[in-house]
Amino acid sequence: MSLVEALAVPLAQVEIQERSGESCVAENGFCPEWIADNFDRYVTPFSEHVYLTVVSVGVGFIIAFTLALIAHRRQWLISPIAGVTGVLYTIPSLAAFFLLQPITGRGNLTAIVALVAYTLLILFRNMMTGLAGVSPDAKDAARGMGLTERQMLWRVELPLATPEILAGLRIATTTTIGLATLAFFAGGGGLGAQIDAQIFFKSNVVVAGGLAVLLAAVFDVLILGAQRLATPWQRAQPA
Amino acid sequence: MHAFKEGDCLNTSQPAQSTGPSASPDSRGADRSTEEAASLELRKVTKRYPGQDQAAIEDLSLQVEAGEICVLVGPSGCGKTTAMRLVNRMIEPTEGDILIDGKSVKDRTPAELRRHVGYAIQQIGLFPHLSVADNIGTVPHLLGWDKQRISDRVDELLELVSLDPHDTRDRYPAQLSGGQRQRVGVARALAADPPLMLMDEPFGAIDPINRERLQNEFLRLQAQIKKTVVFVTHDIDEAIKIGDRIAVLKKGGKLAQYATPAELLMYPADGFVEDFVGADRALKRLALQRVRDIDLWKAAEARVGEDTREVRRKIDDADLTIPLLVDDRRHPIGWLSHRALEGERVEEKLRSPAEPIVELDDILRDALSDLLSSETRYAPVVDGRGQAAGVLSLEVIGRFLHTAPTDARTGAELVADEDTEATAEAAEA
Repeated sequence: MSLVEALAVPLAQVEIQERSGESCVAENGFCPEWIADNFDRYVTPFSEHVYLTVVSVGVGFIIAFTLALIAHRRQWLISPIAGVTGVLYTIPSLAAFFLLQPITGRGNLTAIVALVAYTLLILFRNMMTGLAGVSPDAKDAARGMGLTERQMLWRVELPLATPEILAGLRIATTTTIGLATLAFFAGGGGLGAQIDAQIFFKSNVVVAGGLAVLLAAVFDVLILGAQRLATPWQRAQPA
Repeated sequence: MHAFKEGDCLNTSQPAQSTGPSASPDSRGADRSTEEAASLELRKVTKRYPGQDQAAIEDLSLQVEAGEICVLVGPSGCGKTTAMRLVNRMIEPTEGDILIDGKSVKDRTPAELRRHVGYAIQQIGLFPHLSVADNIGTVPHLLGWDKQRISDRVDELLELVSLDPHDTRDRYPAQLSGGQRQRVGVARALAADPPLMLMDEPFGAIDPINRERLQNEFLRLQAQIKKTVVFVTHDIDEAIKIGDRIAVLKKGGKLAQYATPAELLMYPADGFVEDFVGADRALKRLALQRVRDIDLWKAAEARVGEDTREVRRKIDDADLTIPLLVDDRRHPIGWLSHRALEGERVEEKLRSPAEPIVELDDILRDALSDLLSSETRYAPVVDGRGQAAGVLSLEVIGRFLHTAPTDARTGAELVADEDTEATAEAAEA
């Protein structure tokens, strides 16, 4: 990793010179004081990271949802779509960030395109599993009562598939937050850039990495909370 | 085991519903479609699936009068469910036509048709993510009723199926017992007051005790709402109990016989029907009749202190040589010994007490059971006030079984005017 070293070493030296009075920093320890003083430098990478995650998962969700609705009507499309998204999923992420650059250039767009590609398989699979798991009796009753196919989809099938769909969203979000730490290779910024900037300085790596973990945890809890709100019937206790 | 309220099951004190949903308080809406029961006709219907030699339904013609329950019964694979699903176009016929009130179902879109045909299936198919109220309100919502009207209708229907609206409406299906779910399923099928109902083994998944109770409830409900019902079952006893008319289907969807329960039991059309109805069809016929429906023996009634010559004259006139001792109000006391008539006045010398006593309103099968379990060949019959009304004997029942079932009533009528004895029995159980 000569590139990383070449960038990191001079930056670390600058850092140590600035704060030469503090032995903790000089000894490359975990320095709460330094963290408190320098916290503002994480704000921009953190918000970039949130941006990358939200946009990628959002776009990925829209694409996967569209594909799922199409495949739900034409079941023969499930295998090809799962195949293509599966292939996308297996491309090493680092490779994707570099391979896309000649097409989309260096920057956010490249990072987002790659991240979106990685969400598709998880989201699509879970949507199809959720839709396939809807009780055939409920569907038969819905049809028998005169719901149209569209009404059945929106009023019966999708609500009942919601737990699976949101489970997929949770996995996809967590995965994306992890992958987005590599987005800086495509010029997308994020917490990865900050880790890389001072990769040999423990305090920095702990804070930047910790923020990524915290972000993943917060999103996970948020989606879980949304799922509980959206599916009160799942918690209904038998009387 | 019985999660729902015992007392509510056979609730007969619901004046608000007694005249049917059309007369209920929420009928104020001008757009309220108080739909009368519709007649149904299957006209030479055939259903063939590609790649199958045998038709699923073959040349099936049936006519169901408005307000009648038509039961489709037969062994599995006979096409009874298919036949039912043809009616609301869940399955399209290959040939033939289906007419509701004389109008072909093909002239209506499936969704529109189905919203006006109640649909209840064995698996019930309640929507797990919707409350009981939202489940029941599904079709009214599709039909564009306003919120208040749907809410009123939900409460009305829950009461109609003996569930407490306050307690039930906000629950999810997972929070209900099997019997309660079944009732909600029926209420949902009735929600938009459809003139025609399709029910596919609606009580099939219920344990025997609750099934019997739900059947009784359903018949009582039907007596109020008088829908045209197509009812599918594989259980001939259920068919006999529920049906005004029974269509027995055999493999390949061929109609073996279409008749009233009594006709079916008395004159099975062929060996298949005879086998299907069962070897005990004579006993099943007894279940369709009450004691008052058959010709009873005339008893020689005697009172203590009555002139014995008078009693002997009555004996000559009666069907039974043993006189029946009654009290001043003509309530039976017992069978007199011949020694009771030795003097000038009747003495209280009994050969046996009046055990059992049968009531005119008893189901004939139950009365026979009483006779057999008391090891006696005859028993006094009393009317509603407990006064002697004749004698029921094994001979009388035997003679009945050899006569034509001209005026046999249907199970539906029997249960509909039955009183609370079933509740009492069920509560004991």
